[in-house]
Amino acid sequence: MTARTALPRRTDNDQVLRNLGLVGVLAALVVIGIVTRPELYSDPAWVRNNILTILQQASAIGVVTVGMTFVIIGGGIDLSVGAIIALAGVWSTTLATQAYGAAGMIFTALVVGLAVGLVNGVLIAYGKLVSFIATLAMLVSARGLAAQISGKQTQVSTNDTINSIASSRLIGIPVLVWILAAVVVAGWVLLNRTTFGRRTVAVGGNPEAARLAGIDVKRHTMLLFVLSGLCCGIAAIMLTSQATSAQAAMANLYELDAIAAAIIGGTLLSGGRGTIVGALFGVLVFSTITNLFAINNLATEVQNMVKGGIIVAAVLLQQFRYRSLTNLLRRRNDPDIS
Amino acid sequence: MIRISRRHALLGGATIGAGVALTACTSNDPADTAQVKTDTSGNANAATGPKVVIGFSAPAADHGWIAAITNNAKAQAAQYSDVELRTVEAGADAAAQRAALATLIAQKPNVIVMLPHDGKELNATGLEAMRAGIPVVNLDRAFPSAAAYRLQIKGDNYGMGLAAGQYIGEQLKAKGVSNPIIGEIPGIDSLELTQERTAGLNAALAVYGFKVANRRPAEFTADSGQAAATALLQALPKMDALWNHDDDQGIGVLAAVKQANRGEFFMVGGAGSKTAIEAITKDDSVLKATVTYSPSMASSAISLARLIGQGKGMSDLVELQVPKEITLASETITKDNASKYAKLGF
Repeated sequence: MTARTALPRRTDNDQVLRNLGLVGVLAALVVIGIVTRPELYSDPAWVRNNILTILQQASAIGVVTVGMTFVIIGGGIDLSVGAIIALAGVWSTTLATQAYGAAGMIFTALVVGLAVGLVNGVLIAYGKLVSFIATLAMLVSARGLAAQISGKQTQVSTNDTINSIASSRLIGIPVLVWILAAVVVAGWVLLNRTTFGRRTVAVGGNPEAARLAGIDVKRHTMLLFVLSGLCCGIAAIMLTSQATSAQAAMANLYELDAIAAAIIGGTLLSGGRGTIVGALFGVLVFSTITNLFAINNLATEVQNMVKGGIIVAAVLLQQFRYRSLTNLLRRRNDPDIS
Repeated sequence: MIRISRRHALLGGATIGAGVALTACTSNDPADTAQVKTDTSGNANAATGPKVVIGFSAPAADHGWIAAITNNAKAQAAQYSDVELRTVEAGADAAAQRAALATLIAQKPNVIVMLPHDGKELNATGLEAMRAGIPVVNLDRAFPSAAAYRLQIKGDNYGMGLAAGQYIGEQLKAKGVSNPIIGEIPGIDSLELTQERTAGLNAALAVYGFKVANRRPAEFTADSGQAAATALLQALPKMDALWNHDDDQGIGVLAAVKQANRGEFFMVGGAGSKTAIEAITKDDSVLKATVTYSPSMASSAISLARLIGQGKGMSDLVELQVPKEITLASETITKDNASKYAKLGF
């Protein structure tokens, strides 16, 4: 009992340390790149372009990861994000939607994302389905609906405004990266500076305590899935712009990438703790690994193994640090244990 | 009693409005894209013969190529007044397709045309149909047992790689590039067809003393093609040629090339989609050629199934019956012959 009360609260300091660790991993990856391909890294123009490319390729999955981080902190999981992107992408690129122009396409993608998120949220919060099951069912059915709508074809976007999002830059930075930055900042503010954020942590940490404290846990849980759906709608536009098309099989396995990025960023899978900045670093680590393997022409099989290894290492580190801190505090509080 | 506030009523109204607006947006006017053989002048085989019931089964995969296979089969069957096509949904996997085919076999069609989920897993079903006296036409994915099919018609994956490699080799040789940097973007790397395509490419390039500098697999989807191409372009700041195995993922590859503002190399596609053929015709991108793996084989399969059902042979051949195996040649589509292939794009 004393040990339980002596558990340290995760401080901001601790999170900064963890993020520094991820920055260290990123730096190590860059050093490996410099050592293995010095001729590429000796060209400053290439280096600049490479950084922007890594950020750009991380942008769509980054937006999804922000939504996923909220869901996981709130004690849930969203396995349907890839499927929502596919459905939103396909729905916004049908010939009928494209007739409404760029605004119509963006509106459609966002509304589809919100609506699917709402269905997920209602099923989980009010239907009392476990989020794993509800979003697994949504994964299957949303991809099914996307295949139905698209007739299993790749739908090419003929809208120049949409297509140019991915190739445009603002003050030298790709527009996609600006979108990611905006979503990350909004996510950070929402989580750390609003009651919504505090409630998310409370609901994920201990739903019963949150309910007793007067939080409408059901409504909040529902809103978290709506938020994740909205992020998927935004990502669908970004991905459609990058691929200048959409299809039912797009954003394949994005759910796993987003969950993995959130986890190595320090988000607890059991809920109650996590950060947006950590999740962003998680996404960047994966994007940098992809880049590192590409410039060295290494097989993607090995790349997947390395990714898996990093996930395991990150979680092990998390547990190790947590335990050692706990032990340290126990010793301080209780001189008998030594 | 439930009180509905004005805010809720407004919100609900907006939601329903958005829903109505959205459902109007799902329509996709299906363009007439089927590949059919219509020229029947002076061909004795074209004359209406005894009625043939053809059972058809293909997987419901979410790729343009498979969609074209089913569309082509239906469109070709519609060309013949003496053919009745019975399509059964193949479901999501080999087990579902086995079950669907069992019902089909029980209906005793004259011929069965099928694109199996997996040739090995549906071999037994092929044998069962043949034993029941129903000739089986295997589309593209071969059965291991020769007794399980009457006719096999398939594309040539190794030949595709060979054709792409030959085109790349010839072009680079003509340009006098001695030590070219060649990139490759295959589809799903664990598939046998991908490995065959890559083997063909490497064999053809070896003839010229060339080899692939970097290889980034995608997953047959446009967004994965975009990601793979972006990585490849970053790894090779200068490139001479690129082979992308699949035109569907090629949409994303071409987008990535544009986004990276590159254009110093030429690209060869794979499969022969309508979008790719149009791009080659317009000649406004790096895509200069594509090597075919045409879903028109489904149209041919239906025509040949009809001949088998009527006991006729192919009119240009001496033999009285349709041959047992046909492998389509992978043809190279360039700007020069693109107009000829325009109607074969899918």
